[in-house]
Amino acid sequence: MAENKFIAEDGREIVLRADHLCIQFGGLKAVDDVNLQIKQGELYGLIGPNGAGKTTVFNLLTGVYKPTSGRFYLCGEDLTGKAPAEVNKKGIARTFQNIRLFGKLTVLENVMVGLSNQIPCSMFESIFRLPRHKKSEAEYRKRAMELLEVFGLAEYSEHLACNLPYGKQRKLEIARAMATNPKLLLLDEPAAGMNPNETQELMDDITFIRQKFGITILLIEHDMRLVGGICEKVTVLNFGTELAKGETATVLNDPEVVKAYLGE
Amino acid sequence: MKKILNSNIKNYAALILLAVLTVVFAVLSLCGALKTSTAYLLEEIAIKIILALSLSLVVGFLGELSLGHAGFMCVGAYLGGKTAALLVNPLGNGLLTLAVALVVGGICAGLCGFLIGLPALRLRGDYLAITTLAFGEIVRTLFQNTSEQSFGGPIGLATPRFEKSFFYVICFAMAAITLFVIQNLIRSKHGRAIKAIRDNEIAAKATGINVTRYKLIGFVLSAVFAGIAGVLYSYTKFNVSSQTFDYNYSIEILVIVVLGGMGSINGSIISAVLITFLNRELANVLTGNLAVLKDLIYALILIAIVIYTNAPALKNFREKYSIEGFKKRRKEKEQNG
Repeated sequence: MAENKFIAEDGREIVLRADHLCIQFGGLKAVDDVNLQIKQGELYGLIGPNGAGKTTVFNLLTGVYKPTSGRFYLCGEDLTGKAPAEVNKKGIARTFQNIRLFGKLTVLENVMVGLSNQIPCSMFESIFRLPRHKKSEAEYRKRAMELLEVFGLAEYSEHLACNLPYGKQRKLEIARAMATNPKLLLLDEPAAGMNPNETQELMDDITFIRQKFGITILLIEHDMRLVGGICEKVTVLNFGTELAKGETATVLNDPEVVKAYLGE
Repeated sequence: MKKILNSNIKNYAALILLAVLTVVFAVLSLCGALKTSTAYLLEEIAIKIILALSLSLVVGFLGELSLGHAGFMCVGAYLGGKTAALLVNPLGNGLLTLAVALVVGGICAGLCGFLIGLPALRLRGDYLAITTLAFGEIVRTLFQNTSEQSFGGPIGLATPRFEKSFFYVICFAMAAITLFVIQNLIRSKHGRAIKAIRDNEIAAKATGINVTRYKLIGFVLSAVFAGIAGVLYSYTKFNVSSQTFDYNYSIEILVIVVLGGMGSINGSIISAVLITFLNRELANVLTGNLAVLKDLIYALILIAIVIYTNAPALKNFREKYSIEGFKKRRKEKEQNG
């Protein structure tokens, strides 16, 4: 699909392009004509008051909902209408607003599940413990431990995921998403429920994984300190429509945006 | 090296134990040292182990409540038993006939598992439980209403009992194979995927796991082994009656899995042995009208488990007398010198 890639004016590749995304639930237009263009390596914010349709946009981009109209492309490939697992394999990984870990699996296993599609090993090979099973398991373990170390979770690797403290659970979710080797990472309110220290730590982590993996990130956030601190560009949603978009500093000072958030 | 060996022995403890038991029984039966009644009990225990292991794949690991496990067993018992009855004359009542019957029974039950797996992709919790319950009852009723020539109808299907007295050795070998397959499956990336679906289906999808595929595999595999158990069962009897496979039987298997601890393979095996033994002893004690009480015992066991595992008042007791608690105390002792 290389020939179909979208290239921005400055020569960077456009990783995610969404054209006129709309979804309607009965009479309610939850998302109405949302357009996104996110360039390679960019950190893009999606903000807006409660009920603005931010998470719905995420659900559209990950195949949970199929858009009523509009399409979206990852690195030039049309992923509209694909099932969630398929979208993930193509390179979009996400975290959830309310943490969704595999609670009864260990921290290490959570990340190993994320690696599932990276290292092939058929069921037959696993059941009869053929050489490739052993090799792939060792590889899983190694790569998962590497990721856990990046997120400072290595010492918890044998704990059950449900026993981790809240902030660590958030990190584990990001680690699991990164394990699927995505091109685009969607973070749904990563700082929700965190104290200022944890938020700061999270910001450092996000900056770090951007540098280390060169990944493109789209994030939903309410914490304006975090958005202003790390996002390069933002789109503001209100009642499902785009209210403003552009450079973070400009948009956050837009009187319309302030009005939507704080009222008049 | 020693450490690796240790962990391997620990991981395969149940498998090794089953294999050793199989050999021991084989030797015992060669010496003719076992009573016939004990041999019957051993057959029953091995079959229950297979049933419990296969159900625990769906209930304990995939996290779907299935109440129709006896239905799959019924399919295996009838179709495998019929195959055996047809093949006894040309092939003789030996291992070959048994092998063919096992394959036929397993595959037919597996197909039914596939059919039940399809709605299971859309149904959840109670609704799936009702569907599987209905499946079990439908299968049983179908076989009950067949003609006498085909599957014996209400009289039951006449099946060949295995001619040699060492049939329980074969049953145990099959239990070991079941354990081998299910345990190795669970302790692989596929098993992790199955458990991930149990813990959070939405997250599993978002992590790139093909939920449809793994759910179907879980149901089919579980049904195949239930079918195999059914064939073995038909071989332990001269006559297979559809009455056996009523929903109480499904519940009994479920009780075994729950008693053993959801998602615990070793637990399922231990409780399969315990419950089958208890069942036999109770059947000897509770005769006539008192036989109804047997089912009551299962209910009491379930209630006791729920209270024991969840009651806050028993928290200290649990911590004190659990294996984890024991390990912890030992560790503390070691650390204190």
